[in-house]
Amino acid sequence: MKAFKKFTGLVAPLDKPNVDTDQIIPKQFLKAIVRSGLGAGLFYDWRSKPDNSDFVLNQPRFKGASVLVARANFGCGSSREHAVWALDDFGFKAVIAPSFADIFRNNSLKNGFLPIVLTAEQVDHIFKAVAREEGYSLHIDLSAQTVSDESGWSARFEIEPFQKKCLLEGLDEIALTLHHEKEIGAYEAKHPVPYPRA
Amino acid sequence: MAAQTLFEKIWNSHVVQQEAGQPALLFIDLHLIHEVTSPQAFEGLRTAGRKVRAIERTFATLDHNIPTTDRSLPITDPESARQLEAMRQNCRDFGVLLFDLGAREQGIVHIIGPELGLTQPGMTIVCGDSHTSTHGAFGALAFGVGTSEVEHVLATQCLWQARPKTLEIRVNGKLGAGVTAKDLILAIIGKIGTAGATGCAIEYRGPTIEAFSMEERMTVCNMSIEAGARAGMISPDRTTVEYLRGRPYVPKGAEFERMAERWLGLATDSGARFDRNVAIDAASIAPQVTWGTNPGMVVEVTSRVPDPQKYADPAEQRAAEQALAYMGLKPSTPITDIKIDRVFIGSCTNGRLSDLQAAAAMVGGRKVAPSVHAMVVPGSQQVKLDAEAAGLDKIFKAAGFEWRESGCSMCLGMNPDVLKPGERCASTSNRNFEGRQGKGGRTHLVSPAMAAAAAIEGHFVDVRNWR
Repeated sequence: MKAFKKFTGLVAPLDKPNVDTDQIIPKQFLKAIVRSGLGAGLFYDWRSKPDNSDFVLNQPRFKGASVLVARANFGCGSSREHAVWALDDFGFKAVIAPSFADIFRNNSLKNGFLPIVLTAEQVDHIFKAVAREEGYSLHIDLSAQTVSDESGWSARFEIEPFQKKCLLEGLDEIALTLHHEKEIGAYEAKHPVPYPRA
Repeated sequence: MAAQTLFEKIWNSHVVQQEAGQPALLFIDLHLIHEVTSPQAFEGLRTAGRKVRAIERTFATLDHNIPTTDRSLPITDPESARQLEAMRQNCRDFGVLLFDLGAREQGIVHIIGPELGLTQPGMTIVCGDSHTSTHGAFGALAFGVGTSEVEHVLATQCLWQARPKTLEIRVNGKLGAGVTAKDLILAIIGKIGTAGATGCAIEYRGPTIEAFSMEERMTVCNMSIEAGARAGMISPDRTTVEYLRGRPYVPKGAEFERMAERWLGLATDSGARFDRNVAIDAASIAPQVTWGTNPGMVVEVTSRVPDPQKYADPAEQRAAEQALAYMGLKPSTPITDIKIDRVFIGSCTNGRLSDLQAAAAMVGGRKVAPSVHAMVVPGSQQVKLDAEAAGLDKIFKAAGFEWRESGCSMCLGMNPDVLKPGERCASTSNRNFEGRQGKGGRTHLVSPAMAAAAAIEGHFVDVRNWR
């Protein structure tokens, strides 16, 4: 996994709750057998809808955004990791929302992509700041667990220490698990495969 | 020892390694894989020079991206064909058993696991699919994972997991005639919301659940993810044991009886405590129909499309307005006035034999309305064979339904079974998200009986007093 480094990025506002993974990456892009190139499918149906030039990612002022801000329960629905791959490939490095669906959150953390939970009030503050100020950017620092802007506003977010360490160091989780080979082997020895031999 | 929940018993017995304050390394008993969420995982193994650790705990099928038409014909979409071929190649290269097209074990991954007896009480089960919660009906801890975790399980047979909270949903009373397990779970999601169980493992309990068949229990657990839950489960009992008896992957004779005793011991102990509790009165539930673009946007068939103006919360109001615009519905329209173009009966939610029986019972000798295109997609080849042995295919075909081969089909529309823009569908599947069944398509989630009756009338009807 790539390591997560602190950065400052343009914020794109997606003012919707319950953004599901079917919207983030529609089904026709799930036929891929590689992880790369999925940015072309990001929010495809919304981006490609006729007369949808006002959709956030169709607006020139949000071109190059690397922070997405959305409302509660972002990433609900299907377990498709393609949703994270598409956001990442499009250029996003983090999503900020008041809450995330569990599987989307897990998938993000496996890809060096940061799901940041802030309170509904803090998220609202960001939406208002984006509306007010063209080019509004946020500085995201995982070590310090903070989101901040140039005006001095900042908010702290929580993340489990294990996940923080994995992200900061870009750890290969499988290699980490294989350090426990002895324990896994011992567990297997005590718990035989429950199926009759074919 | 203190009274424990089913969840606690399974979790505690699967922790391989854990340090204080860290996630647990959990052993995974059964890993089910399919063509859509696994190719990148196998590629990861190849790149790192790793192999599949436990091929005897890993089973593959093709279900998401396959046609449901004549299986003797070649796959016309080259991208789909390539993905299916990748699954076959990966299974050959890594030694994983594949239930391929043409195999009698083939079907939707969440239908065949239970059907074959691969799914057993007390297991930890994962699959790269959010509806893995289905298997929780057997008293297993089963949850959906992404492709990175698929790769992790392939390589290590374990996963790092934070312990979810426990949520008891106790269902008291008896469902009325014509009201089904599907209506119950839709009503539950309507009540607690699509994020109502985020971070939780739900256990469904109470007399209504105990009286359910395994197929009804699977329908309930299947849609746990639609309430945001990590998993949905039901304590094993005699119904569970009798369902599994004689299945191909469970042992026979005295060994089965020994396992059955152990399974029954996994049930939640009396006096065990949950982190949260919700109670539902089954008798108060009517057949449900979704009106919006997530499964929590649901009302009773006797009621009307909600009026967003009456929502107190501005965010909810906006969400309802957007949903109605997408769905092409006017506020306050009676649900039974909504006309439909398509009917889909199938999916891991409602594609089992009893679902098809319930739909066929509504059809009787009647015909699908001329304006409606209706299809029945059995969840597995076994369901298809059983349904045909019972003559259900003849009832459906005589009525004008298409009778298809098994697969996920129009539940997610990865194959050619999709809605056209603007088409409105009564669907027994699990998600009514925008574009889920085809770009611009409009999905209403209902039970199999409600879908079949809607096919015949051309609009929704209350099956409790229909004909």
